[in-house]
Amino acid sequence: MLFTSIEFIAFLALVFLLYYVLPKKCQWPLLLIFSYAFYWIADPRYIIFILVTTVSAYLITLKLAAINTASSEYISAHKELAKEEKKAYKAAMKAKKWRWLLLCLFINIGILAVTKYTNFVIGNINSFLDGESKIKAVDMIIPMGISFYTFQTVGYVIDVYRGKQEVQRNPFKLALFVSFFPQLVQGPISRYGEMSKTLFSEHRFSGKVFSFGMMRILWGYFKKVVIADRLITAVTVLVGDTKLYTGSYVFVAMLFYAFELYCDFTGGIDITIGIGEAMGIRLPENFNLPYFSKNIKEYWNRWHITMGTWFTDYIFYPISVCGPMLKISKWSRKHLGEFIGKRVPVYLSSFAVWFTTGIWHGAAWNFIVWGLMNFVVIMISQELEPLYARFHEKFKVRGRVPYEVFQVIRTVLLMSAIRMFDCYRNVPLTFKMVGTMFTEFNPQIIFDGSLLKLGLGAADYIVLAAGFIIVLGVSLVKLKLVSVREALYERPAILYFGAMALLLVATLLFGAYGVGYDSSQFIYNQF
Amino acid sequence: MRKKRIISAAVVAVLTVACLYVLQRLVVPKYQRGIVEGSMVEEYYRDESPHEVVFIGDCEVYENFSTIEMWRNYGITSYIRGSAQQLVWQSYYLLEDTLRYETPKVVVFNVLALKYNEPQNEAYNRMSIDGMKWSEAKIDNIKASMTKEESFIDYVFPLLRYHSRWSELTEDDFKHIFSKDLVTHNGYYMRVDTKPQGEFPSPLPLADYTLGEKAMGYLQKMADLCKENGIELVLIKAPTEYPHWYDEWDVQVKAFAEKNGLNYINYIPLQEEIGLDMSKDTYDAGLHLNTQGAEKMADYFGRWLKDNYDLTDYREDEKIAGIWKEKIDFYDEMKEQQFYELNKYGELKSFGANAIEK
Repeated sequence: MLFTSIEFIAFLALVFLLYYVLPKKCQWPLLLIFSYAFYWIADPRYIIFILVTTVSAYLITLKLAAINTASSEYISAHKELAKEEKKAYKAAMKAKKWRWLLLCLFINIGILAVTKYTNFVIGNINSFLDGESKIKAVDMIIPMGISFYTFQTVGYVIDVYRGKQEVQRNPFKLALFVSFFPQLVQGPISRYGEMSKTLFSEHRFSGKVFSFGMMRILWGYFKKVVIADRLITAVTVLVGDTKLYTGSYVFVAMLFYAFELYCDFTGGIDITIGIGEAMGIRLPENFNLPYFSKNIKEYWNRWHITMGTWFTDYIFYPISVCGPMLKISKWSRKHLGEFIGKRVPVYLSSFAVWFTTGIWHGAAWNFIVWGLMNFVVIMISQELEPLYARFHEKFKVRGRVPYEVFQVIRTVLLMSAIRMFDCYRNVPLTFKMVGTMFTEFNPQIIFDGSLLKLGLGAADYIVLAAGFIIVLGVSLVKLKLVSVREALYERPAILYFGAMALLLVATLLFGAYGVGYDSSQFIYNQF
Repeated sequence: MRKKRIISAAVVAVLTVACLYVLQRLVVPKYQRGIVEGSMVEEYYRDESPHEVVFIGDCEVYENFSTIEMWRNYGITSYIRGSAQQLVWQSYYLLEDTLRYETPKVVVFNVLALKYNEPQNEAYNRMSIDGMKWSEAKIDNIKASMTKEESFIDYVFPLLRYHSRWSELTEDDFKHIFSKDLVTHNGYYMRVDTKPQGEFPSPLPLADYTLGEKAMGYLQKMADLCKENGIELVLIKAPTEYPHWYDEWDVQVKAFAEKNGLNYINYIPLQEEIGLDMSKDTYDAGLHLNTQGAEKMADYFGRWLKDNYDLTDYREDEKIAGIWKEKIDFYDEMKEQQFYELNKYGELKSFGANAIEK
């Protein structure tokens, strides 16, 4: 059931209605039922996978919590123990917990790895094998949103393991946290501690809260259906013929895809967060005006925020401080000198994060190379920092608008260029095509009507231009204010509701949906 | 403050619904020029006079039988409830729909559509169904007709289907937003131009000549419905030879007619008897008749109807004759206009599929 389908809208309307009509104590169980129904409708077989994740997380976190409690009780009951004895006891307990955590990771990351990466591995092995000895690809189902709910659940288990999170003893509540339907499709990757504050509490209907949610949903649909689904037509044409569409066409494809992906992903997240908001449930923000970032590091702090923080908390830091890494650090400082030695663990941890980020996005080399390209650019920027500092000492441009605009444009172009790996889905081809931007000079295609042959007419470009201005305008307002909706809400009510009505009408009229369009799947749905 | 917000929300909601309604009316195709077939089904509801004969079927009825000629020659009040590539179940549900308004004495069904056993084409579906008034028959028609790419909700809210027309709106879309001109003459689509019949491609042998279960099932339902309502159902195959009507199909329809005690006439072998000259009586090289041919066909078929069924000569009914007088005037006027264009330009400019919408 796609977010953009009429079935989903009817499903949502039913959820909202029952959520506020039934007694409040039924609210979270209702969401659990509907979340499983949502998953069931997508494919009943998916239920098995999400149940395994939920049950394993539930049992293992109970075990971890039991060990935590037993450990604390033992320590407080045995105050006579010597420091060394206490340390030994704690280490033994930690090792015990570690085994349970490993089991949980083995089950859940295992399912993720097997379902998503088996054929990728087979494909790579086959590239070394001849004809008949090649291994047959496996017909594997990939449960919807498995990357999202697995990461979310694993995050919760690790937090319980670390003693940072109280265990959820109600299996149904945990099941809802894992399966909450709006975020199954493309995240955000929520943290249990934050999400549980509103997910299980009772919510009274509030016109303001509900309308805020509805406005966010409409804004998401506008971006997705009017802009992203219209742009995909041209992007598909542009990347579909790599002989014809070279040079400036690649540049156009790069910009179109950047805007398409932004509207697709942020649109989807707006719908998700809006659904939560309409029911009083707060989900984490996943974007903070990423295209206003001045460098790539900042960009990654603003784009897919929940994924970035997840990787930082559960991959980067654990790897950075793990025993083997500390040994490597010590060794490298001793043998390679302070300058290189102190960088080795950072580089290795970052490499691991970006490699994982890449492969998380898709079981293909283009995604891995995309992830590693980000790693390379970030590391280079980091190493060039002294140079930047010298530049800024000499030229007092920092903080000036023209320079900041330059930084923003530079970051957008750089990120968009790297993202072409996602577009062409072939590493050598992407290098070649991006290269043609510099080797083939055909900027006339932007003005001579060639862009009208990409499946979009003049009217489509007008809609896209208007859409761009609206998105940019809203972003600029957001840059100055905390919330566009709050600002609108302070104005006469007719304006506030009028804005919602305009969004609705514009989406229905100008949306690229229905017969003749078939691009309503969200890009991030595949991850 | 809260009350003010609620009132504002209500006002905006009402205005939004009104705006969407107007936009929907605006973007829905008007079928006033060029492809006018989409207007045919809805025109029926505007006709106030009763009909003793109702034709149902595809282009082989709405292009081959002049209803006006049948009135002129025999005083038969008839209406053609046809649309492009109208499938058997669509004809059945149009018959159900017709029975909500009147009970004709004779229903004539053209059998060519029996060759289709599955939904075919979204565009034709829309032209056949959109014009129907909402009823159980329409709902069932949609369900039976939808192709895989279609969804029911698009029929309920045509804005969802036609919204992308916003960039191709014509003057006609604005002019006919709330009212449309008649494009047919009691369902008959007029074409006075001539394009002689040429060579048709040889018919391809089929793997299976059995008419589909769904199609034949609906034909049976049609026969039963007519029987229940005391209506005589007549099965015909129009005299045009292309698309090819296989002998094997003919045998099956004959058997069906026999089993159900119906009249079935295949007019293909009767072209000469009807007086059709396919070098003069067709406008598209033999696929359909032109007005001259349709008038010959109407005369021939009208006589047969008159001889075989107890039909009233309504020419003697002042009230009905008054209504038909207007129809005749409209018919003659259009005919004159088409001949005028034909003489002036050598082709039709504002009629036919190539006429450009204003």
